[in-house]
Amino acid sequence: MNIVVCVKQIPDPATPGALDETTHALKRDGKLILDESDGYGVEMALQLVTTAGEGEVSLVSMAPNGEVSGLRTALAMGAAKGILVSDPTLAGSDALTTARILAAAITKLGKVDLVIAGTESSDGYTGTMPEQLAEILGLASITFAKKVKIEGGIVKVNRQSENGYDEVECPTPALITVTAGVVEPRYPSFKGIMAAKSKPIETVTAGDLGITPVGWAGSDQKIVKVVKAEARQAGQIIEDDGESHGKIVAFLENLKVI
Amino acid sequence: MTIDNIWVFGQLANGAPTPGTLELLTKARSLASQVSVFLGSEVSSASESLGQYGASKVYATGDLAGKLPGVAVSSAMKDVIDGGDKPSVIFFPQNYDGRDTMARLSVKLGRTVLTNNVDIAESSDGVIATTPIFGGNTLVNTAFTGDGPFLVAFRPKSFVAESVGGAAPQVISAPVGDLGAQGSAKVVASHVEESSGPKLDEANVVVSGGRGLGEAAKYSMIEDLAKLLKGAPGASRAIVDAGWVPYSYQVGQTGKVVKPTVYIAVGISGATQHMVGMKGSKNIIAINKDKEAPIFGIADLGIIGDVHKVIPKLIDALKSRP
Repeated sequence: MNIVVCVKQIPDPATPGALDETTHALKRDGKLILDESDGYGVEMALQLVTTAGEGEVSLVSMAPNGEVSGLRTALAMGAAKGILVSDPTLAGSDALTTARILAAAITKLGKVDLVIAGTESSDGYTGTMPEQLAEILGLASITFAKKVKIEGGIVKVNRQSENGYDEVECPTPALITVTAGVVEPRYPSFKGIMAAKSKPIETVTAGDLGITPVGWAGSDQKIVKVVKAEARQAGQIIEDDGESHGKIVAFLENLKVI
Repeated sequence: MTIDNIWVFGQLANGAPTPGTLELLTKARSLASQVSVFLGSEVSSASESLGQYGASKVYATGDLAGKLPGVAVSSAMKDVIDGGDKPSVIFFPQNYDGRDTMARLSVKLGRTVLTNNVDIAESSDGVIATTPIFGGNTLVNTAFTGDGPFLVAFRPKSFVAESVGGAAPQVISAPVGDLGAQGSAKVVASHVEESSGPKLDEANVVVSGGRGLGEAAKYSMIEDLAKLLKGAPGASRAIVDAGWVPYSYQVGQTGKVVKPTVYIAVGISGATQHMVGMKGSKNIIAINKDKEAPIFGIADLGIIGDVHKVIPKLIDALKSRP
């Protein structure tokens, strides 16, 4: 069972986001970390490989600045190796270009049974890259998985729906996207962190993969304006004195809700 | 380019168009003289209603026999486009099947996508879509460059659906061709987790709980309060991820978008991810023990206090009303 997980390295969500003043793109120049939404995919992949009793977990990632710290986190969790596609021209790439790049990187890895990605990244959240990747690779896909197992070469997924979930199946090879909470990601052990330092990360450029144009030049979209949204005014904020529930009742009465 | 022909990826529930479909149709007909709906299903009894909201044509694939719509509908759409009906823009709803179909079609057409939008307009810069970022305090206007069809997805409730009383549309069959291995994903069973009472995204009152409840068992307070107010219970992503309540309860960017008359946030700090899904509510009440919680920045009534004290008293007070 060979599984590839797409991982994104993003600015720490705890720090406020900012836009570059000329390109209007999200600033990604600080330290990058493994997107929390991808931790679930890495954990899922490790569990599926353990259940299968053979195979390994590989990672693919794309970043303009050679960043590997997020990849190292996933390697410390137990992934075997990674491919990082990195060069400065990648800045500004849209989801379609990103999918083309990652598809080429995955193809380099040879036979793959399953590709796993998050449903959307926490920083850009376009939310289409995995399904675009599946289309480029010619794979069946099951998105928004909240439970996954593989039995006899069939991927069986509980897929979120608007009012519950569907049981969906397809044969491998396939691509799935996993939701947050699908599994509990493990914390890397000290041994895992040490081992990760010597695990291989191959770094390639978009040109090495034969994908051009990329970045701003390859994206058929352009940010033309960024404006402040009309702010919602804060209202009355009070400390609870043991009687504040009365304020809520009065507020609801005033709105004729009760 | 001028927008003259818009397609809307339409969805039906119990044979009728979903509210989201009618919202997108309303916006589409304000921009283009010709609006078509593309359904990944039978037309069922929806044709008349789709016409009333502005569709002049309906393409329907017929029953997908359990196939996920992403591969199947995008393939049928590509066939119709290759056949000569080339839309300027295709509208998708920002939901599971809308996203999948848009992504697959994006590759088939070699066109970029713009997602999470709340508006679209035509200007001297071209076709511009508007996306809120940073929890909605900033709006980004992005223009499509290159050729159409432009693929754009909108968040639920971005537009208000209004009937125009249009005639019944022309219905055209758009069958799904052979999909090969890519089309092998099949739905084998469906499960509904919806609670009783009004639907979360249609309720007049929504009461949502978050981490501040402390433990899963305390979520019953949220359900009790929602029931007393004839509202729907909701949840932050944090407690959905923690497994306290099913995903169908989640309000936020990756969950449901709600715009009720009153939204009551109980023990929710107000992460960006959550605020995006509820800040359009007409009135917001927040109860949280942390006075620095971002939710207080948008609350009309904010109570800094312990939810375990305030909510039981509120429930008692509501129960004892005449």
